[in-house]
Amino acid sequence: MDSGSYQELIFKLKKYWSDRDCIIQEPYDLEVGAGTMCPETFLRVLGPKPYRVAYVQPSRRPADGRYGENPHRLYKHMQLQVVLKPSPDDVIDQYLGSLGAIGIDLRQHDIKFEEDNWESPTLGAWGVGWQVMLDGLEITQFTYFQQCGGIDLDLVPAELTYGLERIAAFLQVKDSVYDIEWGGGATYRDVRFEDELQNSVYNFELADVATLWKLFDLHEGEAARLLNQYRKLTASLNPAEPRPTESGPSDAEKQRFPLLPTYEHVLKCSHLFNTLDSRGAISVTERVAVIGRVRNLAVGLAGAWVDQHGVVAAEAVG
Amino acid sequence: MSLPFLLEIGTEEIPDWMIPPALENLRELFLDLLAKNGVGQGVTVRIDATPRRLLLHADRIPERQNDAEELVSGPPKAAPQNAVAGFARKLGIAAEQLEVRATSKGEYYTYLKKIAGRPSLDILAETLPDLVLKIYFPKAMYWTGKNGPRFIRPIRWIVALLGSDVVPFEIAGVKSGNVTSGHRILGAARIKVTVEKYEQQLQDAVVILSASERRKKIEQEVRTVRLKPDPGLLDTLVYLTEYPTAIQGSFDPEFLKLPAEVLITVMRHHQKYFSVEDGHGKLAPKFVAVMNTNADPEGLVRRGHERVLRARFNDAKFFWETDQRKKLEDRVADLAHVTFQAKLGSYLEKAERMVALVKELHGDHAAIRAAKLSKCDLTTELVKEFTELQGVVGGLYAHEQGEPEEVWQAIYDHYKPVSMEDSIPRNPAGELVSLADKLDTLRGCFRIGMIPTGSRDPFALRRAAQGVVKILVEGELRLPFRKLLGGDTRLEEFVLDRIRYYFKDVRNFPYDEVNAVLAGGWDDVVDAAERLVAIHDVRPTENFGPLAASFKRIQNILKQAHFAGDGSQIDAALLEPGPEKDLYEEFERVRGLVANQPYRPALESIASLRPKVDLFFDKVLVNAPDARIRQNRLTLLHRLLAEFSSIADFSEIVTNT
Repeated sequence: MDSGSYQELIFKLKKYWSDRDCIIQEPYDLEVGAGTMCPETFLRVLGPKPYRVAYVQPSRRPADGRYGENPHRLYKHMQLQVVLKPSPDDVIDQYLGSLGAIGIDLRQHDIKFEEDNWESPTLGAWGVGWQVMLDGLEITQFTYFQQCGGIDLDLVPAELTYGLERIAAFLQVKDSVYDIEWGGGATYRDVRFEDELQNSVYNFELADVATLWKLFDLHEGEAARLLNQYRKLTASLNPAEPRPTESGPSDAEKQRFPLLPTYEHVLKCSHLFNTLDSRGAISVTERVAVIGRVRNLAVGLAGAWVDQHGVVAAEAVG
Repeated sequence: MSLPFLLEIGTEEIPDWMIPPALENLRELFLDLLAKNGVGQGVTVRIDATPRRLLLHADRIPERQNDAEELVSGPPKAAPQNAVAGFARKLGIAAEQLEVRATSKGEYYTYLKKIAGRPSLDILAETLPDLVLKIYFPKAMYWTGKNGPRFIRPIRWIVALLGSDVVPFEIAGVKSGNVTSGHRILGAARIKVTVEKYEQQLQDAVVILSASERRKKIEQEVRTVRLKPDPGLLDTLVYLTEYPTAIQGSFDPEFLKLPAEVLITVMRHHQKYFSVEDGHGKLAPKFVAVMNTNADPEGLVRRGHERVLRARFNDAKFFWETDQRKKLEDRVADLAHVTFQAKLGSYLEKAERMVALVKELHGDHAAIRAAKLSKCDLTTELVKEFTELQGVVGGLYAHEQGEPEEVWQAIYDHYKPVSMEDSIPRNPAGELVSLADKLDTLRGCFRIGMIPTGSRDPFALRRAAQGVVKILVEGELRLPFRKLLGGDTRLEEFVLDRIRYYFKDVRNFPYDEVNAVLAGGWDDVVDAAERLVAIHDVRPTENFGPLAASFKRIQNILKQAHFAGDGSQIDAALLEPGPEKDLYEEFERVRGLVANQPYRPALESIASLRPKVDLFFDKVLVNAPDARIRQNRLTLLHRLLAEFSSIADFSEIVTNT
């Protein structure tokens, strides 16, 4: 078996999907709990436009931090996220091909697709699919999206989420992710240990709850303000009137409206919620309510984005 | 002439547990389709499946429907010529071809229409797409785009053959044909098949079509190993593989220091491995995994599974050790952060309500202590990781932390019974804590209107109520059931249903005996069980059946007379000597006996009334002309019925007489 470095593994997967007409994006530059939350997935799966993209996304789960002591559990792990919209008929064969491309000879291994459906209450999103098990190790989440932001999807995308550390540990036969050879003579520990330790200390011990709440409220307020403004803009367009042949200034205003920055504030809320949760700072009654607040924003944003892209599509045709 | 038929729906991997019910459903739908089209006579249907294919095979499908005739009636003989011509035109025939026939309503123009039978191939081609999409799955998906067809997973190929002909149709853009697909890794991707050789052709492509063959193969391969029996896991693995092969692995015996419950859960629920026992029935440091491939010559797969298990066990060990740093006692306050149900508050509140309930049920110190600590394990890392071990983990920690046996066992058992096959908690404290937990859930959910409807029962209230019944009956706890339910009549009705289910379907008592006994009351369900056993025992004796019939007769007489008892006593002076007086005296004698007898002899005593009751009905006219005598006789009968009604309502017993 090929036991290249961690970074080589990433190169090979990117190359594989690049060869299959995927855009190779770079990681999103905000804290997210999963690659799904990046606009490249969450927003691009909406609407009727086909899209194929792959990217590595560092994903933060504050509650999973273990001060760098647990050999498998990480505050921040890396996913290779592939979104194929619409999903091709041979999507599973393409996926299995990617395992071959990273040096796994499937004829010598045990591969199973075990039911595992995905649901994100904060994103109003769900799908059905599997966890892919390789010799008993879960290496990929495979999901056919059905709904996102509370909206039924026009085209059903396949989302493949590779757990990169696990796959690397499997390929390199390591019992701890920290022993993975990253590349350039460095181990995963050399690159990431301090990050794990210090973020664990921050999340579990030093994060100031009052400050986090204040930040949450600020981001929520900003996202809500912008969403409202977009809604007002939409209302002023008066959808009862037939669209003029040449789009007026309102359409242009819609098109340039900063929904993507609005979404970034929603993502901030989501991450702050996770941090507060890991800190044990969210009480019973609050929990459901706070999830509801984030969900409202995410769902509202998804609706607005679909609306905005209706305009974009009309522009493209006109 | 008849033909064999084969339908293979090729899909991506279907969740294992959905496959058997889906197959049954497919069979029913198909038989129904054949019957509706008159081509189902003598057809035998076989179904089978792997995760990637649902298969239906049928023998002796007639090549076409039988020709049929239909008599079409038109206008009466007296109708004007143009009406007759119109009728003929509508049928596309000449008026001369019509025939006048006499019917009960008079003479009419008719035509015997010949309907040619259609080829089965056409019928199947037309109806199969709907049939396939009608197969029920608990959670379907769409994949071709919004408003597209829904199925459990995408359909990727369809084989539909009637004899050697393809039955042509299309579902979700997939055209039926004669090409199947082999094992994902080891088989060919496209294989042309025939009805006759299909199964062998799959075998050649490293797919074992038959679920029972796959099961046999696994059983055969593990026959030399002493496995912890686990039929549920075996079912899962049979439907998770197209070509199962069992392999044995081992783990560091050092891990055996962790509780067996934890190790088994990791192996079973998280890795789908069988646990292995040593010669003494204790857990051995080994496991059996079932691969979805044919061999592991170099032990690569075994080492992979071992590595994953080692990591999992290390996690569990870490959690076990971390959790020990904070005692259960010190976790009580943390329960305020764990939601039970949004409207019913946190687990802290639930635990407090449970403690109050246990006190109300006169629980001792151990029971109260156990109730207080019972939910604390929800805050432990181990339970967050292995939720199915809730209760068990709390019990194990309580044991480690020096809680008395009565207490730790009660915590350990308090989710029991988790099914009707499961046992009830092993000690009295456990019984009370389990009761308090379930009763609190039932009362709370009913109060906020979360009442199960149809198949929707998100809080598993049926199971909770069933558990309560089982604990009360099998733990012989004589507690006032109605009071425990907090006076909620809907909940009482719900629970009565569960009591009925328990006696009927779990204990297998005949339904009429159950109805008879429950009509006599169920507030003390232990007592109800005793009455039921007694009735069941006495029922085959010679007098019981006829007496039950007589009671039904009495009930009918009273109903017809609109007599529900007027509170008056039997006037002995009005009783006619002979059968009436005899019955009265016998009734008084039996009444005296029954008052001091256990149920079984009491029922025998009651049954011994039969000759006197029979004689009474033979010789005495209840509906006597004298109103006072009539009234007195009705009163006698009413007393007879009412006196023993707290044991059972005998008129519910179904008799042949």
